[in-house]
Amino acid sequence: MKARPDKTTTIRGPAARGWVIALFAIILAAAFVVSLSLGSVSIPLKDIIGILLGKPALKESWTTIILNFRLTKALTALLAGAALSVAGLQMQTMFRNPLADPFILGINSGASLGVALAVLAIGTTGSILMAGISTAGDLGLAIAASIGAGLVLGLILLVGRQVRNPTTLLILGLMFGYAASAVTSLLIYFSLPERIQAYTVWSYGSFSGVTWSQLRVMAPVILVGLAVTIFLPKPLNALLLGEEYARSMGVDVRWTRVFILLSASVLAGTVTAFCGPIGFIGVAVPHLCRNLLHSANHKSLLPAAALLGGALALLADAIAQLPGSQFVLPINVVTSLFGAPFVVWVIIKQRKGRTSFSV
Amino acid sequence: MTSPILSARDLQIGFQPSRGSRTVVARGLNLDLYAGEFVCLAGPNGVGKSTLLRTLTRLQPALGGEVLLSGRALHAYSNKELAGMVSIVLTEHVQVNVMRVRELVGLGRSPYTGIFDSRTQQDEAAVQKALELTDVVHLAERFVQELSDGERQRVMIARALAQEPLLLVLDEPTAFLDLPGRITIMHLLRDLARGRQQAVLTSTHDLDLAMRTADRIWLMDRNGGISQGSPEDLVLNGEFGRTFSQLNLRYDALTGQFEEEGDDAKPVVLRAEGLAAVWTARALRRAGFEVLVDGAPELPFVEVEGQGLGACWRLTWQGVSREVSSIYALLAALLELS
Repeated sequence: MKARPDKTTTIRGPAARGWVIALFAIILAAAFVVSLSLGSVSIPLKDIIGILLGKPALKESWTTIILNFRLTKALTALLAGAALSVAGLQMQTMFRNPLADPFILGINSGASLGVALAVLAIGTTGSILMAGISTAGDLGLAIAASIGAGLVLGLILLVGRQVRNPTTLLILGLMFGYAASAVTSLLIYFSLPERIQAYTVWSYGSFSGVTWSQLRVMAPVILVGLAVTIFLPKPLNALLLGEEYARSMGVDVRWTRVFILLSASVLAGTVTAFCGPIGFIGVAVPHLCRNLLHSANHKSLLPAAALLGGALALLADAIAQLPGSQFVLPINVVTSLFGAPFVVWVIIKQRKGRTSFSV
Repeated sequence: MTSPILSARDLQIGFQPSRGSRTVVARGLNLDLYAGEFVCLAGPNGVGKSTLLRTLTRLQPALGGEVLLSGRALHAYSNKELAGMVSIVLTEHVQVNVMRVRELVGLGRSPYTGIFDSRTQQDEAAVQKALELTDVVHLAERFVQELSDGERQRVMIARALAQEPLLLVLDEPTAFLDLPGRITIMHLLRDLARGRQQAVLTSTHDLDLAMRTADRIWLMDRNGGISQGSPEDLVLNGEFGRTFSQLNLRYDALTGQFEEEGDDAKPVVLRAEGLAAVWTARALRRAGFEVLVDGAPELPFVEVEGQGLGACWRLTWQGVSREVSSIYALLAALLELS
């Protein structure tokens, strides 16, 4: 058979992939700067850079705005986007399922249940406890969400070591999610409207509520979660062929699975705890990376997903500010409303080049 | 003879879904596999061919007995050691996207690379050699999802070869292929075994092709027993007939083909020569007739005159005689008269 001219093959080899990843890094840096310069108070770029470098600004309030609001928000968005994308990529490969996302095993349902318990149940039954949580501020919510996500994670790991078939694990995760959601719904049903409001606001997702003291917890956890993935490209690549092939090529599938579950769940659970359930990024960014890099090699995909995920989260947040207006949209609305058509466009464009939509 | 690469002693295979409950597929298996040998595992559907292959490659545990690889117990090997000695090609259609053929074949180097999977010259050379052996060098930069089924199967074999195994095990590698594709794969497997220090073991439905290519056949029957031997031995000692008789199939030792065992086959007397005789007899059998060389005059009688383009078939039956110019017309005439 004659080799047909390969029009989709514009990117060849690791060198070209390196350039695309470098491009993602530049986009990320640009998005970071854009994110810092957007807001209700207009601050010149020159001053923003000055403030970041520790120089005194023209106005004292500018320093506060940049350092305590915009910088924390930008760092949060960057970390959250990177974490969700890397976690989503791992889940899609492990389950060989293009629709898998970081929350497919019910991590966010667990976190939601934790928050619902904190805000709704405790709020209605014990006002003293509620007062305690309020003084702890949003950190209380983060702790509640972490406990919920951690419980689901523990269950998954416990089951994940026993279950042979990944599809069984997927179904079990789904069931955990349903059970947690059901309890959450029950709590909402019996709650006071103003408590429900607090829960609903959390469930919209936001990067702006994270303070420096919370970042001191969130950032190291996410950075460690991302760092350990440097050990994963080889087993993840082998898993693309399925668990049996992976095993026949010397991969310790059980250990790898626990490692992946732990890494992906900690990443996704941490983001949910601090920012609320952020959808879409975790499922879309891995596909964008595969399509833009023309590669399934996780050596390129993992760093690409982290960079592009961070950049897209920053851009989504910038759009959510609705520059020039006083309104701020929920982050989930932006990612889905603006992101979905974009991903559809990329995929349709690639489909013409015979690259199909799968893991 | 040299010592076997793989041997099974009193092996018991099957499933153990939970403690206490087990389904034994076969027991008491004693098998040997030598370097340079191409062995086909044949047998009716559902007798446990895949279970045996999976047990021999440690994809599932043995229920009893032992498997020795190079004289050492199979379970004593680490994953990585085993991966450097045994590689597999599964029936399952692997769905990978945006992965190039060379990358896929390169995955076969996993047992030899470190935790960061950096490749040496030796790794690249092994990949190139695997591509050459399977004749897919020209596909190396193509995406796997663009390949035909036959090309894809050759690439999967190349990946298994890149592992540089002592033993290559394949489960129904020709299942999705057309006839030329099946022949190509089976010849490739035979050539891979021959003249190299590795053994190739494949299960197949394609008995006809297995008989033409295999050095040895492991014939598995409905009771989980395995008879071994060269294809011809298994025909002569009647094992083929015995194994497949359970399926209303009859193995014709003369033609080397399976015939459906019908009780209602009507006899036809055929007088012909050369190629025309062979193919006319074949057509008559296909249409459900039993072909005789001699018989009572009241039986349908077919005579072929000439060969090739000018051939002519004369059918005489119940006092009617008809002359036709093709086998198709002959069969139509037979059906009409009977």
